[in-house]
Amino acid sequence: MSAHSTKTVSHHLATRARWHPLEILFWLGAFSTIWLLPGKHLILTEIVILGLFALSLDLILGYAGIISLGHAAFFGFGAYVAGLLGKYEIIGEPFLALIVSGLAASALGFVSSFLVLRGSDLTRLMVTLGVALVLRELANRYSDITGGADGLQGIVINPLFGQFRFDMFGHTSFYYSLGVLFVLFLLARRIVNSPFGLSLRAVKGNPLRASAIGISVNRRLVAVYTLAAGYAGIAGALLTQTQAFASLAYFDFDRSADLLLVLIIGGTGYLYGGLIGAVIFKVMQDYLSTLTPQYWPFWIGLLLVVIVLVGRERMTNWTAPIRSFIDRLDWRMRAARE
Amino acid sequence: MLTILFDGIAYGMLLFVLACGLAVTLGLMNFVNLAHGAFAMAGGYVTVVLVNNLGVPFFASLPLAFIVSALIGFVFERSLYVHVYRKPHLDQVLFTIGLVFMAVAAVDYVMGSSQVYVRLPDYLQGRFEVFGVGVGRYRLLIIVICGLLTLALQLILSRTRFGARLRAAVDDERVARGLGINVNRVFALTFAVGSGLAGLGGALGIEMLGLDPAFPLKFMIYFLIVVTVGGTSSITGPFIASLLLGIGDVAGKYYVPKLGAFVIYTIMIVVLIWRPHGLFARTAAR
Repeated sequence: MSAHSTKTVSHHLATRARWHPLEILFWLGAFSTIWLLPGKHLILTEIVILGLFALSLDLILGYAGIISLGHAAFFGFGAYVAGLLGKYEIIGEPFLALIVSGLAASALGFVSSFLVLRGSDLTRLMVTLGVALVLRELANRYSDITGGADGLQGIVINPLFGQFRFDMFGHTSFYYSLGVLFVLFLLARRIVNSPFGLSLRAVKGNPLRASAIGISVNRRLVAVYTLAAGYAGIAGALLTQTQAFASLAYFDFDRSADLLLVLIIGGTGYLYGGLIGAVIFKVMQDYLSTLTPQYWPFWIGLLLVVIVLVGRERMTNWTAPIRSFIDRLDWRMRAARE
Repeated sequence: MLTILFDGIAYGMLLFVLACGLAVTLGLMNFVNLAHGAFAMAGGYVTVVLVNNLGVPFFASLPLAFIVSALIGFVFERSLYVHVYRKPHLDQVLFTIGLVFMAVAAVDYVMGSSQVYVRLPDYLQGRFEVFGVGVGRYRLLIIVICGLLTLALQLILSRTRFGARLRAAVDDERVARGLGINVNRVFALTFAVGSGLAGLGGALGIEMLGLDPAFPLKFMIYFLIVVTVGGTSSITGPFIASLLLGIGDVAGKYYVPKLGAFVIYTIMIVVLIWRPHGLFARTAAR
């Protein structure tokens, strides 16, 4: 590659990696809820955790093109690791326990990533689903440690950094979750805008061509799967720590399926999809489940069917006019064009 | 020991009738249909309503379960599924999961969430002994019916013109189209028959598998195991896979009840790692 084209590529990457005004607005909005919606911090914490979980699915689905029906495996694994660390007081400090849970889930992701490298989409679906089911059975089987079907109870969550207690209104939980989400988001953003992220997109576009230009496809997939598993594990651990409870339902197929819906509502492949989807999904779930507590899956299903029939691209394109309007306002973009 | 084998065979045969439609649709259109269990559930509930509420004899309700499920399958295929064939696998997965959720909630709304039972005629209940092997009458019936169905399917596939067209379309859809085979019509018919068979399986399975609105979610994984482990290039593969799964599951639950379904899932993962296209797939079909 000549020096000139290297420069063009790095310039192009730098332009893409620049913070868009909408992104700044998004995070300002997210952090302003700390003061604006103090009464809603409990549900906001759930939204943040779901958003982080969806973000991790976006890393493998939106950037690497792996369809997973068992992403809840890592979520549940992280949740149980955090729960066990807290219950048996192995690591009392929540933040440290969170990191350990994330690492443990990454390790599991690394091991199981070799299972998803082979075969077609269907085989991948089955293997990811199978891993989640096996973990669920294991958690059920060793009920003397995990509590089995009753869930993991009696988890002691010490004050965060030895200072901040988790209060019943969920204030501490919310600050904690939002902070973790923001840091992990920055990391993910950095990664997908790096040359590594670009190579992932190449793999998703066409694995054969990607390997022909010298990208080692399998290694990239293993790396991103491990990373995404860690993210999902941290999301699970956050849920355990903020609820002081973990249950077998975390491994359920429904959870993986809901997660796909969350990501699809928001759109794949631009990191914000999962976060926006999580907000819409939780608000909708809250509204629908008060309306029809038992039958709200019907509306979820209907939404999925409609989204597919209308076309996913068209569903997310409604934001295009707004985005182009903001782009026109953006002075830096104008400078770049001229 | 032999009784377990017998129960396992009955279970496996039932799974085959439930899942063979899925194998064909997957092999033919490369379409991932997670909603297959919903058609089976439809057949089951048709039988429950007919037998318990309208007093139709059990045997007369079975063909009706087949016909109603096949009709539902046909209508859905022509109206909704045709739009999704050309879309990526992710869309197919989302679409069919959506259908499953809708079916589960709708049946819950109409029929209630509790498990339902069907009144079997007296002569189908109980068991008798043959050379010291306990044989359940109902399980024997299932083996007979499913065995006959399997034979009929195999004959249709290998001996009739329609079967030849179907096999041609599965092997290479484009060439089959080029030869003037109306693949869309073949597929619509196959889909309807597959859904009908699932409905029949659902009706037969009320007694063995249980029936409640969560049926399609609970057994989705089993159908998929049959299809992925058996491969989609023939119906012998899924047949053997369902027998193995049936026997394995019954034996596993009997000998190591604490491990539950763990054994089945682990075996599935191992098989898929070892042979990603199924145990009995022909290599390099395309």
